[in-house]
Amino acid sequence: MHNETAIQNMTETATRGSLFRRVWNFYIEGFKAMTVGKTLWAIIFIKLFIFFVVIKMLFFPNFLASQASSDEGKAQYVRHQLTNNK
Amino acid sequence: MTQLLLNVVDWSRAQFALTACYHWLFVPLTLGLGVIIAIMETMYYRTRDEKWLATTKLWMTLFGVNFAIGVATGIILEFEFGTNWSNYSWFVGDIFGAPLAIEGILAFFMESTFIAVMFFGWKKVSPRFHLAATWLTAIGASLSALWILVANAWMQYPTGVTFNPETMRNEMTSFLDVALSPMAINKFFHTVLSAWVLGSAFVIGVSAWMLLRGRNRDHCLRSLKIATWVGIAGIVLTMVTGHSSAVTVAEHQPMKLAAMEGLYDGGRDQAIVAFGVLNPEKTVDNDENPYLFDFSIPYGLSVLAANDPHSFVPGINDLIAGRSINEAGDTVSTISYAERIERGKLAKEALAQYGEALQSENTARQAELRKIIDDNFNHLGYGYLERPEEAVPNVPLTFYSFHFMVAAGGYLLVFLFVVLAMLYKPQWFKRLRKLEKWGYYLAILTVPITYLCSMSGWIVAEVGRQPWTIQDLMPNKVAISDLSVGYVQTTFWIFAVVFTALLIADISIICRQIAKKSKLDLEKDHD
Ligand code: HEM
Repeated sequence: MHNETAIQNMTETATRGSLFRRVWNFYIEGFKAMTVGKTLWAIIFIKLFIFFVVIKMLFFPNFLASQASSDEGKAQYVRHQLTNNK
Repeated sequence: MTQLLLNVVDWSRAQFALTACYHWLFVPLTLGLGVIIAIMETMYYRTRDEKWLATTKLWMTLFGVNFAIGVATGIILEFEFGTNWSNYSWFVGDIFGAPLAIEGILAFFMESTFIAVMFFGWKKVSPRFHLAATWLTAIGASLSALWILVANAWMQYPTGVTFNPETMRNEMTSFLDVALSPMAINKFFHTVLSAWVLGSAFVIGVSAWMLLRGRNRDHCLRSLKIATWVGIAGIVLTMVTGHSSAVTVAEHQPMKLAAMEGLYDGGRDQAIVAFGVLNPEKTVDNDENPYLFDFSIPYGLSVLAANDPHSFVPGINDLIAGRSINEAGDTVSTISYAERIERGKLAKEALAQYGEALQSENTARQAELRKIIDDNFNHLGYGYLERPEEAVPNVPLTFYSFHFMVAAGGYLLVFLFVVLAMLYKPQWFKRLRKLEKWGYYLAILTVPITYLCSMSGWIVAEVGRQPWTIQDLMPNKVAISDLSVGYVQTTFWIFAVVFTALLIADISIICRQIAKKSKLDLEKDHD
């Protein structure tokens, strides 16, 4: 998954700087050095976009929140659902 | 399809089944392969032999592809809980709430940290730290399956909670009863260990493909040894936990067990059907023979259900009629389904009136009604049924899925021991050399068989629970949200397209990686 130059760069930078910087570099350089991983990350991001932005926002609202705003109201709505016409 | 599935209950179920099945295609490989690569890396750590490193890295790449494509597919199920199953989501209260969210966040951080070390850390962290990260990825993946399996177990056997008619939620009274219920323990171990078998079958199948092409023989043999041992441990323990799962099902979901066996009239010394074909004409209301053909093992079901060859196993008709046979052999009455329906209706009616008493702030009446609800709560779900027969799950689907799972389990046991013998005692198989090619084909075919077996397990668990979303308490028709059929149909097809695309991407990237890597000399060129 990695190429040699990127791995050398990683090793050099990893030993320098603060913990935060080292962790940051670890991830950034890891990503840069990927081959098949790049396709996978593209798939992951497209998938997360479709799931959270398209599917969740457009089609999967919190149904009960649209029926009542308070917890009492939701309980009342569910009680009605569970005791009427079912 | 549209003709078969008419109403919003069926579409909501179909949608959940579709997304859960797709999700389950990715999960067991992550769980099983995770353990296998951790063992391979341990071999590298101990021997410092570069060959083990090469082997570990190949399987790690395939693990990465499957993980990347599968990750977050489970979140869709949670979207569905909130939108399509909102009555249920509210009713289950604590069980699905905070713990699932905490688990999601923990799993995300654990996995994103350790997986990053696994893939990016080869030359940046010490070998010991890398090995720890690989093991923690494998363990973390299994742990992240824990709470959702506990929640599923609770739906099969609701325990450790008290229902509060004011909030309309089940409030957890004993975390330990929920988390350590026998149903939860069996489900967790049966699921995770069966995933080891699947991971093993995958490694064996892919190695067989490479051997068929004469590529990387040493690497394949190394992989086969680890995978076969993991597979053997997995299948033996899967069978043990499968047996204890059946015992808990017999105790808490006897109707599911009866459906798994197509058993209408039970008895003591009950035989188990090893192979059989169900009679499609058989229903609860007629006297037809349940099987067109069956080959049964005497006492088998009594042993499977209660570890006692003479125990009584009730059939569908016994459960409906509330009939049992005690140890002395006398027929005794338990609660019939007609009575459960009556008691369920009482609880339901009291629940409706409780709402009115709450509004009029009549506390004395609330206490009175609460007692009626508490006394009959265990049968609440039956109050939504018109006839006892509605409480019978789909017998053919449950029966054939169960029998396929068990038969495939038996096949996998034999298969894995034969592979083990071939690896360690090749001289035994000298005469069968000509058949070698067929052995590889069989190993490749074993991969989809194991996936089907694992999927059948879930069909048994979920279809066998029908018509309940929560056993005895909430049938599907009450659990779903008041949405239009068109709405649920639309999202069903969106998911069908998105998940099919993901599956195609998964299979094609994995196949391309296998083809590409297998052409390399893995021992020299493994970065
Ligand atoms: C050979 C003996 C086996 C027996 C007696 C057995 C028994 C069972 C039973 C009784 C259940 C239903 C549990 C419930 O409804 O709560 C179940 C579910 C399941 N089985 Fe098996 N099983 C066996 C083999 C296998 C194999 C070989 C696999 C996969 C490789 C497998 C995978 C599953 C899965 C994924 C589930 C659903 C999760 C669960 O409910 O535990 N089983 N099994």
